[in-house]
Amino acid sequence: MTAKEVRWPGKELTAKEFYNKVTVTRYRPEAKFAWSAGEAMSRFLAELQRGRLIARSCSSCKRVLFPPRMFCEECFRPTDAWVYVRDTGTIETYSISYIDLDAKRIETPVYVGVVSVDGASPKMGIMHYFGEVAPETIRIGLRVKAEWKPAHEREGSVLDIRYWRPLRRGE
Amino acid sequence: MRVGIVGVGVVPFRTVTPEYSWKEIMYEAAQRAYADAGVDPRADVGSFVTCAEDYWEGFGIFDEFTPDQLGAVLRPACTVTGDGIHGLAQAMMQIQAGLADVVVVEAHSKVSDLLTYAGVVHHAFDPIWNKPLGGHPYYVAGLEMDAYLRASRVGEKACAAVVAKNRQNALTNPRAAHGSKVTPEDVLASPPISAPLKDLDVAPLADTSIVLVLAAESRARKLAANPVWIRGVGWSSDSPWLETRSWTTAAYAAMAGKMAYAQAKIRNPAKEVEVAEIDDKFSYKEPQHLEALGLSKKGSTANAISRGDFDIGAKLPVNPSGGSIGCGNVIEASGLHRVAEVVLQLRGEAGQNQVDHPRTGLAASWRGIPTATGAVAVLGVGR
Repeated sequence: MTAKEVRWPGKELTAKEFYNKVTVTRYRPEAKFAWSAGEAMSRFLAELQRGRLIARSCSSCKRVLFPPRMFCEECFRPTDAWVYVRDTGTIETYSISYIDLDAKRIETPVYVGVVSVDGASPKMGIMHYFGEVAPETIRIGLRVKAEWKPAHEREGSVLDIRYWRPLRRGE
Repeated sequence: MRVGIVGVGVVPFRTVTPEYSWKEIMYEAAQRAYADAGVDPRADVGSFVTCAEDYWEGFGIFDEFTPDQLGAVLRPACTVTGDGIHGLAQAMMQIQAGLADVVVVEAHSKVSDLLTYAGVVHHAFDPIWNKPLGGHPYYVAGLEMDAYLRASRVGEKACAAVVAKNRQNALTNPRAAHGSKVTPEDVLASPPISAPLKDLDVAPLADTSIVLVLAAESRARKLAANPVWIRGVGWSSDSPWLETRSWTTAAYAAMAGKMAYAQAKIRNPAKEVEVAEIDDKFSYKEPQHLEALGLSKKGSTANAISRGDFDIGAKLPVNPSGGSIGCGNVIEASGLHRVAEVVLQLRGEAGQNQVDHPRTGLAASWRGIPTATGAVAVLGVGR
């Protein structure tokens, strides 16, 4: 829009008009994939199922890489050892999301963000949901802990953790 | 300014690679190439080029996922949606333009992660004009094979002999996944896919990753005792209309070859090229590409095949590696694989498949069904 043009020229089409008046063709591709998780992520997923978080260490830059990877992207060398990290951490960043994938309003907002995990190096965290929080209580720096699904419901997915919730007294 | 290839990394082809993720297979190839070139990617490499197509990978914006496993974090990096030789040309031009002294090119296939190969190939068809027909897309190869065989004097028997040769060559190539003793009779007796195309005429799929390290002339001489020079590159695409493009001649390959030969100052390719790695995703593509590239005279190719003129040990060995039929079809990595095989031949490092002291080699790729796109690289050693 410019100072002169205050509305688009022509007539706006509704979705219904669009599909009735504009010639389109539809096709659903047969595109199915099953990615090999690989050496590092296979172990990571297996450990998740046991309720544990695992990382790899690089003896050159001394970092603990989480999630684990078989090579250090900074040093460009193979990583050296498996290291367990804790299921507690600190909120690095968060956002409260009020829309769904269709950009429709949702009534209960979703808390998403990044947790830097205790035992891993800085900038090594996990993006996940937050729970048991409210807009007034969530903050950067909040100490949190993973809320795991019960063992029999875990299937080796990042969703084996339901969400991260504030540390309770004594934890 | 000349550009040399100073490092080669090839992960041996396999039909499935369940223990490696696509990141880990790329890392494996990169490590091999950097060790071969004697370079540290974090210090010595100025730019990185990868070749990939999101639909082969199964997720969007694949280029964003490439830096870690190549040592390319916070370095100039880009992805070419095309064959490995397209990427090679891009890397060469970056060096010639003075943007970087050392450039890395990567291409891979993790096609075993793709459960619906035919579906993705079919998705490449024109959405309005050809897609509604459905069916297994290899009927396009059947149509082209039929057209080519009718127009040339090459018959199904000659195509079957190509399969036997390439499978045999692959038996002694440690990088190949599909080496086997197959007779031309076995090929002719294999079940039809889309007549005249038969099961054994089709190159089976494989996983791999290929990394090459390229360097400007002065740098290449310091890095390698005997750099392999890229003497010319060419690439070309015919019309996408299946009904309109040239079916009997691989016009794209002829055009790409012309472009590369002009740079390499090659006037008589059949006399000057001493080893050729030529796309053979389907058996008939090898003779069709040989004719398009001026490496075999139209009308005499079938006789040349039956005389064994393209065997290891003959005057112009073609696909001594085993080609796609013997090594495996590695989709967009096919071209870069052929370049790697020619580099090993020119260095004299091709093991049991070594051709007698070649000095000029050619690699030619085709992007497969339903494309009419190919790329060519002419490589050489010495002055």
